[in-house]
Amino acid sequence: MTTPFLDEMYGPCTLDSFAQHREAGQVRAPYRHIDEWLRSTDQTVFDSKREEADLIFRRVGITFNVYGDQAGTERLIPFDIIPRVLSAAEWTRLAAGLVQRVKALNMFLHDIYHGQEVVRAGVVPESHLLRNSLFRPEMKGVDVPGNVYVHIAGIDIVRVEEGTFYVLEDNLRTPSGVSYMLQNRAVMMRLFPQVFAKAHVAPVDHYSQELLRTLRSVAPATAEGEPTVVVMTPGPHNSAYFEHTFLAEQMGVELAEGQDLFVRDNAVYMRTTLGPRRVDVIYRRIDDDSLDPLAFRPDSMLGVPGLLSVYRNGGVTLANAIGTGVADDKSSYPYVPELIQFYLGETPILGNVPTYRCGLESDRAYVLEHLAELVVKQTQGSGGYGMLIGPRSTRDEQAKFRELINAHPDGYIAQPTLALSSCPTFVEEGIAPRHIDLRPFILTGMSGSVVVPGGLTRVALTRGSLVVNSSQGGGTKDTWVLRA
Amino acid sequence: MLSRTAENLYWTGRYIERAENLARVLDVSYRNALLDLPGSSAESEWRDALASLGSPPQFAERKQKLDEGDITRFFTVDTDSPCSIKFCVHAARENARALRAVISTEMWESINTTWLALSDLDESGLRARGLREFLDWVKDRSHLFRGISHSTSLHNDAFHFLRLGTFLERADSTARLLDTKYQSLAGMDAEAAGTIYYAWGAVLRQASAFRAYHQTYHDVITPQRVAELLTLRREMPRSLRFCANQVVEHLDALGGTRDLESQRLAGELHALLRFARIDRVLSRGIHDFLAEIIRRLAELSAQMAQDFLMTV
Repeated sequence: MTTPFLDEMYGPCTLDSFAQHREAGQVRAPYRHIDEWLRSTDQTVFDSKREEADLIFRRVGITFNVYGDQAGTERLIPFDIIPRVLSAAEWTRLAAGLVQRVKALNMFLHDIYHGQEVVRAGVVPESHLLRNSLFRPEMKGVDVPGNVYVHIAGIDIVRVEEGTFYVLEDNLRTPSGVSYMLQNRAVMMRLFPQVFAKAHVAPVDHYSQELLRTLRSVAPATAEGEPTVVVMTPGPHNSAYFEHTFLAEQMGVELAEGQDLFVRDNAVYMRTTLGPRRVDVIYRRIDDDSLDPLAFRPDSMLGVPGLLSVYRNGGVTLANAIGTGVADDKSSYPYVPELIQFYLGETPILGNVPTYRCGLESDRAYVLEHLAELVVKQTQGSGGYGMLIGPRSTRDEQAKFRELINAHPDGYIAQPTLALSSCPTFVEEGIAPRHIDLRPFILTGMSGSVVVPGGLTRVALTRGSLVVNSSQGGGTKDTWVLRA
Repeated sequence: MLSRTAENLYWTGRYIERAENLARVLDVSYRNALLDLPGSSAESEWRDALASLGSPPQFAERKQKLDEGDITRFFTVDTDSPCSIKFCVHAARENARALRAVISTEMWESINTTWLALSDLDESGLRARGLREFLDWVKDRSHLFRGISHSTSLHNDAFHFLRLGTFLERADSTARLLDTKYQSLAGMDAEAAGTIYYAWGAVLRQASAFRAYHQTYHDVITPQRVAELLTLRREMPRSLRFCANQVVEHLDALGGTRDLESQRLAGELHALLRFARIDRVLSRGIHDFLAEIIRRLAELSAQMAQDFLMTV
């Protein structure tokens, strides 16, 4: 493995040359304090701190359930104590790019559920919307407060070179992971207060307050007094249940399941011990399909009968709105830079990873010829399932994907294998570079967007691996955005 | 607070208390079945145990024998039995799992640890460990959970619902225990030396009241006084009156000035116990009295479900 990549601490290197670079002591500026800290601290201290971190996570019960694993299996996501650091300048640019992107995506969603100017202008083909099962005809003509559809966005970013960040994926439905961002920070501040203080790191703790402020701002006009917000969860067996309880607790709002809510007189109420109480804003962590058994999947026990009708009449706000999936699936992804141009008349600050659409004949021909070099993804998959990583695939796997692509060309996109940046990480043999990505969270309310300086850095713990998903054995790191 | 949260708290309290009561009944029955008492046999002890545990239909349906082996398995580690200690602890744990944002970390850890220790215990494990040692452990874990909740969680609405579950379950259990014993020991030869001492002493032990009895009455054990201690004594923590008083206090804390129907029912129940005299109760028939209490307890929990929008 001699593919070169950017190590965020020690600069361009390869898996084999990393140790030399480290010894040479050429450190990228944002990591100056981290490098000093790594050099001046005894290995035994790190060992004991890593154990302590594990204990904290276990005790607090920061776990997730793995799909396809034995029912009820609760796992810890591995946490690495070496933080990922971004300079103030890097962050300023990232944040501006994220806000720009989310703004365009919100305008796109409003447009496709109203006049569809984007179709008439020929930017996005009509067939793209009609064929997309995530397009919700129920949302046509429905007005949502402030025309905000995506109140909480998690945009996955990768870095390939010193100045090049790409958006890898938009998560506009129920993005998760923010509780890890907050818990990782709490743990780092507790374990390593000195290096934390020296580095001057921007705080992230106010995320929950910003979230609550955002949710309250989009309450329906009919809401009286302080709007009542709830977090809606599918229940304890959901993989992100810990995060749902955590956010409800941090915001000081109720964590409701579908059975706790009911609809009466064009309003949503929750059953409380003091009687029914009107609910104005639902931060739902549950799919569109499960929201309302009367409107969507009738067999779902998770939702609230009649919810859609109240929502369409403006009696309650859902965050995120229904039907945002059409803007974040991988078949819409290639259009986003054009959408930014179209709606904002601006050049995208953050680019996409170059992407081939298998639905286009010329792209498909290229993809089928270069399967061994490309990463092929399902347009409607998530979490690293149903994916082909060309350079690591067998001939059989390539043949399987060839068939899949030919059968459903629209269902697949392909991208070049990227040399993701890495960050030094504690592994069995000591400190080694491991590839990382970043998921910042963008909150959008009536008065625009806010990005808390930081995000969830995910790290692929296996040597050379590019798959950072926690469901595939990835870990996490604290993400430091420096103040200056 | 969400009604479902209240419900989860209420059932957590109830199931933990139920596990403890199961352990108490089995412990004393096991001990008494070993004694060779006149007018009693191992079989009659186990029959009483089954009756005071409500004679669940599942026990008969599954053709279980009225002996130590079947009864202790059915009520301790039987995974299919909805009446086993294992079932209760699992149910308490599942209710608590939905409460992680509400209850203290210590409470969750205590209940989770109990479940983890119990989850893979089977009958052979139980026999190897020793029944009475196991039952003592169950009682200890229940005491521990109660103590932890008392001293680590806010004494707010959540706490009140938890405690309501505890005391309604306990009152129900005490009433059934006393009722069973009064019926089975009614015809006992009062002259037989020691018989009353052993038979009613066992009832006291079941309620952790053996020493309390002596401290209160400084005299030999009589059925009348046992009945008084377990129904009407204010200071006896497993007596009906004590439980009713707790229920009133917690409901008042929850209902405040709303004057809920459940507050009224609880007050009425408490008054019945507070102003009763044991000689009158006994002369009119304690069975009717206890049946009335059990009926009122059921009515009260149904009313609470209405008042707090719970489905219990």
